[in-house]
Amino acid sequence: MSGQPRSALWRLVHHRMARWALAVIALLILAALVGPLLVKYNGAEQLDIVALKNRPPSWAHPFGTDQYSRDVLTRVLYGARISLAVATLAVLLSTTVGVAYGLVAGYAGGRVDNAMMRLLDGFMSIPRVLLLLAVLTLWSPVPLSGLIALLGLSGWFGVSRLVRAETRIVRAQEYVESARALGVPTMRILWRHILPNIAAPVLVASTLAVGNVIALEAGLSYLGIGAQEPTPSWGSIFFDGVEFFAGNWWVVLFPGIAIVVTVLAFNVLGDALRDVADPRQVDVARRLPESTLTDPPSMSALQPSENG
Amino acid sequence: MRRQIVARLAQSLIVVFIVTTISFFVIRSAPGDPFSYDLPSITPTVREHWREQFGYNRPLPEQYTKYLASVAHGQFGYSLGRHQPVSAALAETIPRTLLLAGLSLGLSFAIAIAIGVAQAVRRDGWFDRITSAVLLFFFSLPDFWAALMALLLFTYWIPILPSGGIVDPVMHDYMSGWPALVDRLRHLVLPVLTLSLVTIAGLARYQRSAMLEVLPSDFIRTARAKGLTEREVIWRHALRAALTPMITLLGLGLPALLGGALFIERVFSWPGMGLLAANAIGARDYDLVTATVIAGSVMVVIGNLVADLVHMAIDPRVREWQ
Repeated sequence: MSGQPRSALWRLVHHRMARWALAVIALLILAALVGPLLVKYNGAEQLDIVALKNRPPSWAHPFGTDQYSRDVLTRVLYGARISLAVATLAVLLSTTVGVAYGLVAGYAGGRVDNAMMRLLDGFMSIPRVLLLLAVLTLWSPVPLSGLIALLGLSGWFGVSRLVRAETRIVRAQEYVESARALGVPTMRILWRHILPNIAAPVLVASTLAVGNVIALEAGLSYLGIGAQEPTPSWGSIFFDGVEFFAGNWWVVLFPGIAIVVTVLAFNVLGDALRDVADPRQVDVARRLPESTLTDPPSMSALQPSENG
Repeated sequence: MRRQIVARLAQSLIVVFIVTTISFFVIRSAPGDPFSYDLPSITPTVREHWREQFGYNRPLPEQYTKYLASVAHGQFGYSLGRHQPVSAALAETIPRTLLLAGLSLGLSFAIAIAIGVAQAVRRDGWFDRITSAVLLFFFSLPDFWAALMALLLFTYWIPILPSGGIVDPVMHDYMSGWPALVDRLRHLVLPVLTLSLVTIAGLARYQRSAMLEVLPSDFIRTARAKGLTEREVIWRHALRAALTPMITLLGLGLPALLGGALFIERVFSWPGMGLLAANAIGARDYDLVTATVIAGSVMVVIGNLVADLVHMAIDPRVREWQ
């Protein structure tokens, strides 16, 4: 390559896989916004419980109907709203909390850092699904806002370890030290000097987390404790289909395909963002679900390369 | 070395303590208690009596210290839903979950390491490209949905495998020896394979990049220079160095694996800890729910501990560094 390095945005737009992922995500958002306006029914409408119960896919009902004679295509489109919104908001929440916690721990250092990290060890040892399952059912029925809050509050541990490690690296840099020597207030140092330098890996982690949370929410709804009736999320469409599973596979297949496409798009975008954030890093490690963002293999991959 | 091991053990104990505390308070912060379910035939007086009897009317700090004391004695309370001590219910179900998770863990590590190495050796070749794409697809499959699809495919459309449970509910009692073992194995196939499939996808990518980091090293060049065959260079020298990060993953991947096992157990009606938790929850069985969360976390802590100890044993750098 010659000349000036291009901006990250330029590289993203010219990344072939990123373009595909962005196009798919844009389509999904469009489908979620406009789709429900174009279909004839609403998501909760029971069309004809006698004639249209559990009908296989046909021209009138391309994705079939479920046991309450509701049109599955309509429900998938309405479900896109819930699934995408829940996942995005939950990840926003978890990223905010994780960044704040990691920044404080990494910047404070010493005993504060130590205590915060031990507490985090505890949080990270609890399998997220098990904890969510426990809390959601004891609190059931949980409204959507509660579901978002719980998904968000149980998802920030990986991000905060990542942020803490990055913060420690940036904090040791000379420009931060000089800012401190000049008497710049701590909040301003964190906001202006540290945050922008750790943004890239956080963005990558958050993008991957969106896909992860969509799958997680679907799983919880499949168990009957996620989004509550009559609000359809992709997962709660399964919950209705799973009883007569062999006889009405389409109720499980089509929302599932929607989930896989979405999760795949976010994973590809996350990978592409990582390439773009650090073009010299040709090949990078990838996370295992959430908890692994922290330790040697992925850390070395996620660090800005001038520190590597 | 010995001091480090002791320190590491102490650290694990502290984490277990923190986990117990978090689980207790998070679950107790839910509204209501085991006796607040809606049943008109139970009068408020009866409810109060039960609360008194089981200590639910005590201040939270007191309940907490009592709970800690009983956990320290290995008592996790009494399951009101199953009418048996929680420890008995756990003792019955945990081995089944460990069997499922353990087999998947072993299988997925073996396959992931092989795939990752093969990819790294012929980097950017056709095998690498195709496998990367396929793995990314599997990685994006929600585990429970993959399980549902496998169930549909192999038990309804091509009925060659049983749809759930550990053994055949009717015929197993009449089997012995080989047929009984085969019956057990047949019931393991789908749960283990679907759980592994999703795990492999994440692991192989790690193995691939770990290998790519090792391959340009000097000691690999030395190994080639002294005339070792390529096979020995890759599988004896490079792989050994690239395995250490995988050991850390062994510990770190456990929460996700256990979470996955929970869904898989539900899909295949595998009567392990996940199914126990799912059922306990409907019954507002507080002690049982708290205990399953703690038990799941303790498994993770032990997994991390073992991974760290193995790491210390085989990698001298870690020993010095700590």
